Amino acid sequence: MTRKKKRLTMIGLALAVFGGAVGVSLYALRDTIVFFYGPSEYAAKAPPPGTRLRIGGLVEAGSFKRQGDGRVLFAVTDTVHDIRVTYTGLLPDLFREGQGAVVEGTVEPDGLFRADSVLAKHDERYMPKEVADSLKKQGVWRDGDAPPPAAPPAALPDGEKHASAAP
Amino acid sequence: MIVETGHFALVLALALACVNAVVPLIGHVTRDGRLLAVAQPVAVAGFGFTLAAFAALTYAHVTSDFSLVNVIENSASTKPLIYKITGVWGNHEGSMLLWVLILAVFAAAVAVASRGMPADLRALVLCVQSWIAAAFLLFILLTSDPFTRILAPPIEGQDLNPLLQDPGLAIHPPLLYLGYVGFSMTFSFAAAALIAGRVDAAWARFVRPWVLIAWVFLTLGIAMGSYWAYYTLGWGGFWFWDPVENASLMPWLAGTALLHSAVVMEKREALKVWTIFLAILAFSLSLVGTFLVRSGVLTSVHAFANDPRRGFFILVILVAFIGGSLALFAWRGGSLRQGGLFAPVSREGALVVNNLLLTAACATVFTGTLYPLALEAITGAKISVGAPFFNSTFLPLAVPLFVLMPIGSTLAWKRGDLLGAAQRMVVALLAGLAACLAFAAIEGAPAQSYALAGLAVFVIVGSLADLARRLGMDGLAGAWGRAVHLPRSAYGTAIAHAGVGITLLGLAATGWGHENILTMKAGDVARIGPFTAQVEAIAQEKGPNYTAAVARTVLRRDGRVVATVEPQSRFYPVRKMARAEAGIVTIGLGQFYESIAAPIGDHLDVRLFWKPLVTLIWIGALVMGLGGALSLSDRRLRFGIAARSRRPPAAVPAE
Repeated sequence: MTRKKKRLTMIGLALAVFGGAVGVSLYALRDTIVFFYGPSEYAAKAPPPGTRLRIGGLVEAGSFKRQGDGRVLFAVTDTVHDIRVTYTGLLPDLFREGQGAVVEGTVEPDGLFRADSVLAKHDERYMPKEVADSLKKQGVWRDGDAPPPAAPPAALPDGEKHASAAP
Repeated sequence: MIVETGHFALVLALALACVNAVVPLIGHVTRDGRLLAVAQPVAVAGFGFTLAAFAALTYAHVTSDFSLVNVIENSASTKPLIYKITGVWGNHEGSMLLWVLILAVFAAAVAVASRGMPADLRALVLCVQSWIAAAFLLFILLTSDPFTRILAPPIEGQDLNPLLQDPGLAIHPPLLYLGYVGFSMTFSFAAAALIAGRVDAAWARFVRPWVLIAWVFLTLGIAMGSYWAYYTLGWGGFWFWDPVENASLMPWLAGTALLHSAVVMEKREALKVWTIFLAILAFSLSLVGTFLVRSGVLTSVHAFANDPRRGFFILVILVAFIGGSLALFAWRGGSLRQGGLFAPVSREGALVVNNLLLTAACATVFTGTLYPLALEAITGAKISVGAPFFNSTFLPLAVPLFVLMPIGSTLAWKRGDLLGAAQRMVVALLAGLAACLAFAAIEGAPAQSYALAGLAVFVIVGSLADLARRLGMDGLAGAWGRAVHLPRSAYGTAIAHAGVGITLLGLAATGWGHENILTMKAGDVARIGPFTAQVEAIAQEKGPNYTAAVARTVLRRDGRVVATVEPQSRFYPVRKMARAEAGIVTIGLGQFYESIAAPIGDHLDVRLFWKPLVTLIWIGALVMGLGGALSLSDRRLRFGIAARSRRPPAAVPAE
């Protein structure tokens, strides 16, 4: 093999691998990303049923109901709008009414949101960033305030990482 | 008093880092051996002062000194002693202190252990290492001071996050940091080589042990973190493609590529510029990881509400180091003498393909992790990129890597023989096919599981068969002699590659797992895979700083009792936080896994899993680490360095 041929082989190989990676990434980005909405954004945009979404807000006080068949019903709210959610399975340890939560799933034609995963906050001081932003947008919570329902012990710095969840 | 001493020691460590950041550089420019000689003792002293600061913080935590904000926020007097110690790094400030301590450990190790290195190179390495140390010490002292006192100390602290009250906290962060920060060494070596303008095979030999150390620790740290998440979160999953996990995977992928390209550089004096680039990349990605975890910039369950000043400060460090090193690379990289080109079908050709696939995989993980961030900054739209993205981009790159791995390592240097390599793979190929058919017959669908399992067996057998071939080349008679003389790095390679196959087999087996989510009360029986699980009793227990509901569950197979597990749902009153403690029992290589939620009346939400071969995922990582450690103990690495110590220690001209 000549030098030129060797060089061309290497360059061709590199282009093939990186080109392939870029192609697959773009394809996957089109199909697999999930948009996040707050309840008010959701009400304004109303994506068609069947779209995969993430919705974040507070679990509305008094909305939590257990069905006999292991299903649970609750509403996610930003105090202006709310979305009713149904979920089957184990809830996170820190899931509670009045606390922040993010649900991921699809909208049923009847308007009910069928979640296949529920994320809750992990610490008394922690609020999912999306929820915090969404609440700020509604003017419910301003920077520097204590997070609305359950006030944390002062605005002291964070805890450590490593509280992963969500399948 | 001890606390103030610790604080002062940290300031002194910063001062020493500033000295070492400047003096050796002047020594290099003026070719003054005395200035170069300053680097070693200063690095060791810097380590001493950082250790003193760390010890002071540990003392405050162990004695529950509630006049420290850090102790109040993360400790309580009822907390068991082991969590008082590990709680030192179970928070932002303390974990940054651990980061800096490990940085100082590596600097001191270079100062003490590598006597054979040219004084010039060593001084420059320590100099670059001090820039990093100075930046992070400044970060701690200005934005994340762990020694802040409070005027009116409370009687009791707020306790450590219950999720962190686990033996995993003693092992996972130190291992992971040894890996992350270990790549600072390769970064320092690369920057030093660029400053000195000289890179050769000897440089590759000096840097290789540090790459190996960082890689082994990062491998073990990631595996430990994955197992910890698996048993403590109650989801039964071991990898979530969470941004923080990706943050540790990216330097691992770049580091693995670096490990392989450094071999080419050592053996063939080729891929110099590329190796330097990877060394910079691996540490840059470690810094990106630190930024993602510490700044709270990403939507992640790991990221907590945070002080924006910290995020900004780390971003400045990030930009300065990555930008600075890449600018240095652009400026000096061109002047490095290039090695020759080589044949595509050869060991080095195979290693280039390895590097291409690994860096491409690293790039896709980087894209998926940072794309949501970039999109939100530009358009304001909030998206999440989850497991489906990574599975569909990562797998197409990983599978060819696994297929080529055993083939590439049987190719000869310079000129390989593809047909010969294929012939040598016949045994492995047959074993893989047999395994594929056997798994398909026994376990059945899904098809991708038995295909992957077959691939895994191919990788394991292929890696070990190559070793066996080299030992038994001319009959069994001389095998023992060859076994002794074969370099340990050859064993290391084969074992580490087999470890990859073992992990892959564990991952493939997830397709045959069973999961059952249901509501049970005492006496109820549920089927799970080949077992039946019966909840015998639900009892209340009291721990040192928590109360727990315990569901004693008996596991039977064909009516015979196999095991009893006691999953718990714990409640920590100080933080008003609940946490599940899964009940896990290992049966063969698989695990039965049960986690429960807090009981409602006499009912209990239960998650049952049967996960065949799941332990192989982590056993494989341990085997990889073992392979790396064996390579590290290779005589050539040790004696290569020792032989050079006979040279006079005076400054060796840089050019």
